[in-house]
Amino acid sequence: MTAAEIREEILDILEAIAPDEDLSNIDDSVNFRDQLELDSMDFLDIVMELRKRHRIQIPEDDYIELASMNSTVAFLEPLMKDIQKV
Amino acid sequence: MIRTAQQDQRIVITGVGLTAPNGDSLPEFRSALLAGRSGVEHYSIRYVGDTLAGICHFDELKYQKRKELRRGTRAGSIAIYCANEAVTDSGIAWNEVDPSRVGVYVGVTEHGNVETENEINEIKAFNYDTKVWSHHHNPRTVANNPAGEITLNLGITGPHYTLGAACAAGNAGLIQGAQMLRLGECDFAIAGGVSESIRTFGIFAGFASQGALAEHEDPARASRPFDLDRNGIVVSEGGCLYTLERYSDASRRGAKIYGELVGYAMNSDASDFVLPNPHRQADCIDLALRRAGLNPSDIDLVSTHATATPSGDVQECAALRRVFGESPQTLINNTKSFIGHAMGAAGALELAGNLPSFDDRVCHPTINVEKLDPDCNLAGLVLAEPRENCRIRTVLNNSFGMLGINSVVIVQQV
Repeated sequence: MTAAEIREEILDILEAIAPDEDLSNIDDSVNFRDQLELDSMDFLDIVMELRKRHRIQIPEDDYIELASMNSTVAFLEPLMKDIQKV
Repeated sequence: MIRTAQQDQRIVITGVGLTAPNGDSLPEFRSALLAGRSGVEHYSIRYVGDTLAGICHFDELKYQKRKELRRGTRAGSIAIYCANEAVTDSGIAWNEVDPSRVGVYVGVTEHGNVETENEINEIKAFNYDTKVWSHHHNPRTVANNPAGEITLNLGITGPHYTLGAACAAGNAGLIQGAQMLRLGECDFAIAGGVSESIRTFGIFAGFASQGALAEHEDPARASRPFDLDRNGIVVSEGGCLYTLERYSDASRRGAKIYGELVGYAMNSDASDFVLPNPHRQADCIDLALRRAGLNPSDIDLVSTHATATPSGDVQECAALRRVFGESPQTLINNTKSFIGHAMGAAGALELAGNLPSFDDRVCHPTINVEKLDPDCNLAGLVLAEPRENCRIRTVLNNSFGMLGINSVVIVQQV
């Protein structure tokens, strides 16, 4: 997956776990928590969805990398480079 | 004796919030009961396949955001809907209520089966890898979940818990609320019962294996308590929560009062896992009457528990014959014939559907009795059509469950 495809994938996951939020104006450089109503269980949902969809295991110490869209995409790029967008 | 209680020990119902397969408010529910309208539908669930169920159609988004719905459980959603409706109906100024003095007591038949089945189904697709088992599983399946979701939604900081009481749970929740008000543990109680049981295949499969799951080509005619051709239970979901207050508080604020909980009792059969015991059921009814200081002839209407199992209906009728044998004027009806068995919500819902009879003087019937079982032929049975121009001041509500748990509440017009 390219960085753009990974971003689309994260948006798709966010749509499912935060269905009341408007994601159209999300600022990729700002922490998710500062612009969306997300709590720790929601971040675990992101981790779980990546595990279910792509078999990606994210160690707990790396959860901090999922803070913003930019940091998430940067963290996932090497992990998802060989995964084909479905 | 409850009848001689001080004003602050008298407990009254001041609000009703409910969702049933044939109505999402007390007026809708009552209207369906008087019109003979069933709420049973065709239904399909994994592994079991096509069957029948009573399904609720309330607006889930009336009191919850979509994210909250996703996070919580069906039982929690039903509970939140009913609690909000009850609080609104009570007319209390909710923003002036001390949230630490509100207690939430919700009866459930079971809780957690739905989510556990869903998770097992989910990990099945991953070769049973528990690494994809949801982190939401535990908060969804803890036994207090439906009551806890109410507190989260309404900002209640007083006590909350569920009461696991099989199919006697609706009455049990109501009784617990009254007791906690009497003990001074809270000043305002939200109490009753809920059920999400139609979302678990296990309950259908279990009843089917027991030979106790109803079948009929016409869903509306499937739930047939007292009928000779009854063939089992229609499983339903639903909820009914009451706001309870001390009479002194309710009258001080000029609240509308649906009725007073003048008597109640719970006991145990101690005889069988599944089969009911008419002697202990009758004992339970007698105890509630004694506590209320009433004679059987003082009861104008008995709302029966009968679920349409061949033995269960006969056993309850035997219990009623023992207590009300000398009181042929006491009317008797059954709500499950309309909505099926709403499990943990059943007792609370069935009581609610009869409360309007204090004012409209109508006794709703038992429907679907085409060939009355001679063993269920009680003098006061109201069948097929509503009985009008009745003087109904006191209703006795039966609710019994597996493992031999019996509950009875008596509500009287104030």
